[in-house]
Parts: sequence; structure tokens; C-alpha cells
Amino acid sequence: MPDTLVIADKVSKKFCRTLKRSLWYGVKDIGSEFVGRNNSHKDLRKNEFWALRDISFTLKSGDTLALIGRNGAGKTTLLRMLNGLIKPDSGRIEIRGRVQALISLGAGFNPILSGRENIYINGSVLGLSKPEIDGKFDDIVDFSELHEFIDTPVQNYSSGMVVRLGFAIAAHVSPDILLVDEVLAVGDWGFQRKCFNKVGELRKKGTAIILVSHSMQVVSTFTDKAILLDKGNHTYFDNVAMAINEYNKLFSEGTVTSDVTKICQGNDKIKFYDVDIGKARMPPGNSFSIRMRFSSSIDYEDVQVDTKIICNSEPDIYFQATNKAYNKRLDLKKGDHRLEIKVENIQINNNNALISISIWARKRAEVLFWWRIPLEFGAINYSVGKNALNMIYQVD
Amino acid sequence: MPFGQRYSSNQHLKHEKYKLRDRYMTQMPQKDSFQPIIYTPDSQMRTPVRLVRQTWRDLKDSKRLAWRLFLRDFSAKYRQSILGVFWAFVPPILVGLIFIVLQSRKIINISETDIPYPVFALVGTTLWQLFTESLNAPLISVKAAKPILSKIKIPYEALLLSAFYNVLFNFLIKAIVLAGILIFFKVKLTIGILLALLAILLLILLGIAIGLLLTPIGMLYTDISSGLPVIIQLWFFLTPVVYPPPKSFPFSLLGTLNPVSPIITASRDLITKGYITNFQPLFIIATLSIIILAIAWLAYRISLPIIIERMSA
Repeated sequence: MPDTLVIADKVSKKFCRTLKRSLWYGVKDIGSEFVGRNNSHKDLRKNEFWALRDISFTLKSGDTLALIGRNGAGKTTLLRMLNGLIKPDSGRIEIRGRVQALISLGAGFNPILSGRENIYINGSVLGLSKPEIDGKFDDIVDFSELHEFIDTPVQNYSSGMVVRLGFAIAAHVSPDILLVDEVLAVGDWGFQRKCFNKVGELRKKGTAIILVSHSMQVVSTFTDKAILLDKGNHTYFDNVAMAINEYNKLFSEGTVTSDVTKICQGNDKIKFYDVDIGKARMPPGNSFSIRMRFSSSIDYEDVQVDTKIICNSEPDIYFQATNKAYNKRLDLKKGDHRLEIKVENIQINNNNALISISIWARKRAEVLFWWRIPLEFGAINYSVGKNALNMIYQVD
Repeated sequence: MPFGQRYSSNQHLKHEKYKLRDRYMTQMPQKDSFQPIIYTPDSQMRTPVRLVRQTWRDLKDSKRLAWRLFLRDFSAKYRQSILGVFWAFVPPILVGLIFIVLQSRKIINISETDIPYPVFALVGTTLWQLFTESLNAPLISVKAAKPILSKIKIPYEALLLSAFYNVLFNFLIKAIVLAGILIFFKVKLTIGILLALLAILLLILLGIAIGLLLTPIGMLYTDISSGLPVIIQLWFFLTPVVYPPPKSFPFSLLGTLNPVSPIITASRDLITKGYITNFQPLFIIATLSIIILAIAWLAYRISLPIIIERMSA
């Protein structure tokens, strides 16, 4: 096996924004391809844009590269070019070895046919011969854990089962280069762990892996290099933690300074005003207070104050609790008063988060207040994960 | 370069890694790994030798997958159907029967045929259906494979080959029905029936060649799929399927300008009479079909990456 498996040299790809024009360009491209003209790719035509521009990298045996970026940044497009599904518009890609793409699982499955038959179909689509599939059949069924359903038509499978079967087949092809597109994020946790173990096994065997993922946890665990794609541009990182930091910055831009989302500031009986969150940026270990004034015309007894800190880019909750979690009864009495929530010693390792505060009347019968406020916590460099911990290093 | 030079740390771990990799490498087809695949925007027509060689290699590689896809479509089709193969031969028989009734009641006036009209019509409509199936097969097959094509690299030829297998299978069913018709009407079978197989193969080839030529555009625009049934219907009446080839001038052109006419006429004559007098048009059409097929094939091959890009852009 050669040492360098993938060489991408200044690879670019453009796309067209409107379908009608895109189809017409398709016809023209087929025409110029057929008469052997090469120049139709160089310039942008009307309604076209560069989805990827001048991407270069090399991948050696055993390397794992993450492609990260927003939706539509061109990650899948790059994978599809590497797989030879579509041609680059400029540049050159050299592939030395067997490529397998996990862009979709269970391609070619026929819903009418049984799992058993579909293993043979999908296996053939992935390039396995019948004796090869015969030899791996039991392993595939074991891996998918679908023993009792293997003769059931695939249309009666749950979506999770279809994915399991698809991955089980794909996992039994041994490529030199594996392209993975977010497909590992399916199935229940037990199955996901199996998938990652399988990918790890391939990595041990020397397979070069290119992985597209939005889960920074997956990226930091499985890859040792990363390319961050954004609006046709790209940055290459040898250090994945730095790539993840840059990735997170993509989403924090503009949100910290943006307005508070005010959904509710009170009703005709109670009004909240002068909400103050204090500092703009909070490194781990800091404390901060949320102060607000309210004026009420009635007594609200035993209210619930729900405080939630959520990540802006991922649907993750860092923390959520109501005052009940701290055995604190709160009564908002008639008249003008001040409510203060103090958060001590925060340990959040991310610079883009939102704090959401909602105040509810007893038994959540009525929402009295609801704001979402962007917060900037200080992320630690060379670190991933939601929480910051105090680490003490020592060499004896 | 020795591997050890590249890694200075974690030697004990790396050692394990290479042991595993060496074991794995022995199982790898070494030949493929060392032949790099290169993707550039350059037109493949600029390197025609490579293009033809790759096409040939892919055709050989695709036999397995084509057979599997054919089996898939076949089992799925018949598992979800009660009447099964019934649909493969009943439509042309019905059309044939209608014309037999129309002709026998003198509702339409069809000139005298040199074999009994029912045999003439039934063989004609069956052959015609075989042609239209061949014509439709490439586009249907490639369209059905859209989800695979946009996600997984497969040899494109597999789709054409599985379409071809499908047409051949339908022909086998029809052949049995044709034999039934010939026996029922007590037509004498001759050695010419073997030549008829060649003529029928030519009919299939011509259909697939034209269908394949339309496939790239048909993948981009739905107009081909919408227009094809209309054209096929018109074509049916312009082809001597249910009537003998006209001999008087403007209409005799139908026999010379329409490439399907001589093949249908020749096939039918070979099946029912066992001989034909004029081979020349068949040779011309055979040459033409092969040229069209070659051009259509290359066009299909080089246009698919562009089509895949446009399908999912």
C-alpha cells in the first residue's frame, strides 16, 4: 500500500443557485465534455458561486481528517468529489487505494425484499462479490443484531433497523480510504459505540479516514487533523482542538452582540424591567449575577425561576435548574422589588452560549417572564467539551 | 521510506498498528492499490484510449452487480404481483386481438398478408412491444438508480447491463407465448427461426441504442419521459406492425426511412416463413445500431458525473 493515499491539489467546485439554469448548464457541460472542450469550468457563469475553492491536502495511511463547517459549507461536496461521484471544476484529485463512502447507508435496498436479500444487493453495490458476502454474512447479521428479522421485508423495519443493517454491511467492506458523512450519528447509543469501535478498528489497520461531522465530540475523539470550511474558503489545522475553537467562533460571531430575545416581560399584573446581566465575558471560575426589577399589583406566591444555559450551535444544555432544585421558595410580593440570581464559579468551556430565564406562577400556570440572553463564556484553548474543569498536573 | 522514521514517539503502540496493517495488507488486492485514480475537470474525450479502456474494464466489473440488480428488480416485481409474468405478454396479445377483430369484420381495410392475419398481427405486436421495452429500458433503469448514483460510486455499465438482462428476460417469456401462437395456428417451424433470433437481438440493440442516446437529457429534463410514450404510439402506426409494408410510393418510404420497419418485417418473416429475400437493410441497420450504441454509451458515461452533480446541486 502506498504511503500517501489521497492528494487533493487546489480542488474547486462551483454550484448554480437556480434549478432551471443549473439544468441548462448541465446540458452545456455535457456538450463541451463530449467535444473535448475544457474551458467551460474556469469562470463563474450567471447565478453560479464557488462552493469550494482551491482546497489542497494530502492524507497518509492511518490519518484521520475531519471536515467541519456550517451546513452548506461544501463538506459533502468535497466527499463526493473524492469518491469520484462528481468532477472537480478545477484542480486535481489523486486517489491511491480502494475508496468507500459512507455517505448514505443501505443504498439500493429494496423495501419489498427481505433483509437477507438486501444484504446481497447492498453488498454488491458496495463492490463485494457473492462469495465475499457469503463469508461475511453471519458477521453482518451479528453486527446488525437483526437475527430474528433477517427474513422480514425491509419495509417492515424501523428506520433505526434499516440504518443498523446498512451500517453492518458497509462496515464489512475493508477500504484503504473511508469517507464518512455524518452517518455515524444514528441509531441508539449502544449501536453508535459499535460503529465508532468499527471505525477505530479500520484506523488501526491503516485506513485513511475523512469524516464529516457536526459533533465536535466525535471530531475531537476520532480525528487528528481538520479542515474548517466556510463560505468557499478553508483553513487547515494540524491541531483539532484549535479547529474546534474556530468552528465554535463561526457561531458566536454576531450572537453575543445581538439583541436579547424577549418573549415575555410580564403581564398586566406584573412587569419586569431593568434586567442586568453584568459582565460581557466570563472566563471559567467567575461568578455573575442576573438582577431584575419588577413591580406587581398582586402577590405571586411560590413562583418557579427556571434558569437554563444552552449552547448556541449545538442543541446542548449545559445546565438547567429551577429554584426548587435548591429548595428555595420564592414569593414575588405586591409592590416594587428586586430579584437577583447569583451564579457562582461557572465552569463552562465555550464562548457561545445563551442563558434563558423564565419565571412561572405556581404550578407553571402562567409564564411571567421569559428572556434569552447571549452570553460569552471564555473557552479554554486546546480543550474540548462543554465543561471546564480545574486540572492539576503533576509529574513525580 | 521505512515507517520507523516517520514516528518518533509511541513506538510500542505503532508497532502493534503495523502488525495489524501488515496482516490486512496481505488480503488487499495489491494491483488496484498502486494504480492511482485521478480526477480532473478535463474532458475524458481528450484521452479516448483511456476512456475506452476504462469503459471496457467497468463493463467487465459490472457483470456481478448487474446480475444482482436484475435479480432484485425481478424478485421485487413478482413478489408484489398476483398475475406475475402475465403482464409481460398480455398487452401485445390484446392489441393484436383488437386488430384481428377489426380486420376480420372489415372495419379497417388491411391489404392481404401472405400468412394468416392473426399470426401476422400477434407476432407483430409482440415484436413491437419488445422494441418499446428496449427503448424505455435504459432511462427507466438509470432513473431508478438515482439514489444509488448520487451516493455511491458504482460502475455505470451495471445499470445498462441489468436493463439488458431485463429485456432479455421479457423476451424469453414472449418467446414461449410466440411458440404457443405458432403451434396454435399450425405454422411450420424451420431452421430460419435461428436467424430470427439474430434479427430480434438487432431489434433489442436498436431500441437500447436509441433509448440510451436519450438517457442523459432524459435524466435532466422530464420532457423525454413525457414525450416518449407519445412518440412510441405514433411510431407504432408508422411501422408495419399490424399491416404489411406498403408498396406504393409515398408510404413505401415508411419501410426505408423507419429503421424499425425492416427489422420487424424480417423477424416476422423469419419466424413464420423461415426465410427473407433482402438482407441488405438489416446489415445497414446493424451497422447503424452499433455506431449509435457506441456514441450513446460514451455520451452516457461521460455525462453521468455532470448529471449526478445537477441532480443534487
